[in-house]
Amino acid sequence: MARRGYEDVVLTVPVTVPYQRYSVESTAWWAGRALAALAAGAGMSHRDFDGFSFASFSAAPDSAIGLTQHFGLSPRFLDFVPLGGVAGVVSLRRAARAVQMGDADVVACVAAETNGVHTFRYGLENFSRFSQDAVYPYGAGGPNVSFALICQNYMAQTGATREDFGKLCVAMRDNALKNPNALMKKPLTLAQYLEARAIAPPIHLFDCVMPCAGAEAFLVMREATAKAQGLPYAHLLGSIERHNAFAEDPVQMRGGWAKDMPELYAMAGTTPTGIDVVNTYDDYPFVCMMQFEDLGFCKKGEASDFVQAHDFTIAGDFPHNTCGGQLSAGQAGCGGGHMGIVEVLRQVTGQAGPTQVSGAKRGLASGFGMINFDRGLGSGAVILGGEGA
Amino acid sequence: MAPLQPPRRKDPLKRTRLPLLPPGQRSRAAHHLTAAAAEGRFALPRCAACGTFHFPVREACPDCLSARIEMVEAPAGATVLSQTTAEVPADNYFRERAPWRVGLVKMDAGPTALVHLHPEGIAGSRVRLALMLDRAGQAVLYAGPEQKGADPMTDPQWREMTADPLHRRVLITDARSFAAPALAKALVAAGAREVRLGLPEAWKPFAAEKLTALPGVSVVPLDLGSERSVADHVRDYGGKTEIVINTADHMRPGGALGGSLTATRDAMEAVVFDPMRLAQALAPAMIGRGADGPTGAAAWVNLLSVHALAPSPALAGWSAAQAAALAWSHSLRADLAQGGVKLLNLFCGPTDSDWFQTWPQPKVGGAAVASAAVSGLKRGLEEMFVGDVAKDIQARLAANPKAVEREMRQG
Repeated sequence: MARRGYEDVVLTVPVTVPYQRYSVESTAWWAGRALAALAAGAGMSHRDFDGFSFASFSAAPDSAIGLTQHFGLSPRFLDFVPLGGVAGVVSLRRAARAVQMGDADVVACVAAETNGVHTFRYGLENFSRFSQDAVYPYGAGGPNVSFALICQNYMAQTGATREDFGKLCVAMRDNALKNPNALMKKPLTLAQYLEARAIAPPIHLFDCVMPCAGAEAFLVMREATAKAQGLPYAHLLGSIERHNAFAEDPVQMRGGWAKDMPELYAMAGTTPTGIDVVNTYDDYPFVCMMQFEDLGFCKKGEASDFVQAHDFTIAGDFPHNTCGGQLSAGQAGCGGGHMGIVEVLRQVTGQAGPTQVSGAKRGLASGFGMINFDRGLGSGAVILGGEGA
Repeated sequence: MAPLQPPRRKDPLKRTRLPLLPPGQRSRAAHHLTAAAAEGRFALPRCAACGTFHFPVREACPDCLSARIEMVEAPAGATVLSQTTAEVPADNYFRERAPWRVGLVKMDAGPTALVHLHPEGIAGSRVRLALMLDRAGQAVLYAGPEQKGADPMTDPQWREMTADPLHRRVLITDARSFAAPALAKALVAAGAREVRLGLPEAWKPFAAEKLTALPGVSVVPLDLGSERSVADHVRDYGGKTEIVINTADHMRPGGALGGSLTATRDAMEAVVFDPMRLAQALAPAMIGRGADGPTGAAAWVNLLSVHALAPSPALAGWSAAQAAALAWSHSLRADLAQGGVKLLNLFCGPTDSDWFQTWPQPKVGGAAVASAAVSGLKRGLEEMFVGDVAKDIQARLAANPKAVEREMRQG
């Protein structure tokens, strides 16, 4: 069955609550700041949000439902998506259908995460059963070792090099220096990238994100509502989502995007060349390269050449992770999956300020999440279109 | 890799590193692997309905959703897909021991898995998998060289999961045990730095010279029944004992009704209370030295009878004492685990000791006990069955414990 488009469903009010490396505030505090910013940005009361979709790893003992009372919400659509880097795409897809079908009028999609000194460690220890049984006992607490194993194989199979990864990281840092909210404030050179200390080879220091506290949020509503409020908005032109794809691959060489990519562009009525700005999920730079391939920007195994042939800065010919990505702006837990959507929403509605790509009308944001055992399970992508897209 | 050098004399001004453990949390199902690792078997979960191996342990088969998951012996070969070295692990246990090699392998049985990888393993190379108990006492996969006879013993990661006697100091609790001479000989051959044998009732005649002729072997007075003797020994040797082999025994035949209560009480004293006394004095020092370098405290071995698991009505009181010793050993194992110190139980059939003189063959001699003890320590095992009778009872218990109870009436 052909998938139905999202018609008059739009995204508005991109919100980033500025990140902090560590925070003494709770996750609920960060969610509260995001909701307040959504309400202020939309010019409506938060009590008018009749849908609430919440993503977090650090909200325990609460889930989304407890937060409704905490924040005085009374939603008729409620969703909790603690799905890591794919949470943003999942949250948006569900919210869009709820609004389209009339189950809700305005859905607040919020990812919020605190980061105390020990939050990351606690999160790791309770991440998943397979991790407890078959990953942590190997000294692989945290994703670095697991991704090092995938990256090592990716490099061996495709010929991708650390220079390729470095080029992406340097471009992201360049972009981040234009984003006042990015945690990383110092320029990064390719030489610095290459000389950085090894964490778990081939993963080195600048291949790793910095966990932090922060929140990302946006509203999903009908176009008429956005117009009535005078809000700039973007249409959801296409979306895909897939979990545990290609389970037969011995080592992860591709994500679910490779399975669903034709549908993404067909739904959006465009092609990879029709995309003006791209925000991939950058937990590691080689994962960006995997997405370039799986999302059709180059052929499988050719991302190395693609990276060397393009300029990934805001002013470049392939503007990528224009806010600096997680690698240079910070990874606010589940917020990492919302970051790309929020940034692309800013870009295609002309609200990106210092990171604005001139003339960006159509943007792609992708998500990737949950290294449950030996591979990232969730993958998703959306194409957003601003005015004239 | 260079063989392990004997430890240098310890710097008395340096604080002994406290033991840390690798992450020990596991799902209940994952302990099927623990059970296999405890006995040194390589078994993996397999769907009983469709025959597919999978990993990690699941509650339903991902191919057919059957809940009938069984543990079966699996081919141990695998091919390395990818490898890395954790230079800066987040976990403190690994951080102290970094760099730590980790690999991703494709098992011949089908599934892929993360493994502790031996130093030469790289993508494309063949490895042989073993289920090991790590310092937390939980099952992990170790990928060693594939070639038969290739020795992973020099890999520090392997040493972390084993209790190899090499360069360690061993206490054998009873020099008069039938197994003591063979144990001393085997431990010396395995490279033990010192083998100390405790001599109870030292005033009784004992030909110590045969033992002390071996390099590093000494015989010292030790009465496990005496608080003072145990305290004296621990004062002198508490910080110098890395492996204990508890050979305490007191077998006297007798049924549930006809047996002597005095003999049963003596058996309880010898098999249960005496080792308890030693453990309460010595084990805390061993726990504290569980991470004291590559030759830190490693293991406690109990020489038990298989009748601890399957009581013999002809040996009622003694079987009860053996069962009590086994029950207590599980609690001791839990306490030792805090320091990453292992506890190995050797379940023997009838032995060559005097009190089994009239028993029919096959019986377990000292050499069999010694070879099992050294092998079990080198492989880091928790349970071994020594001799044909013990192995026979083990198999019968696994099949039908009630049948064993009835069969034991016939001896």
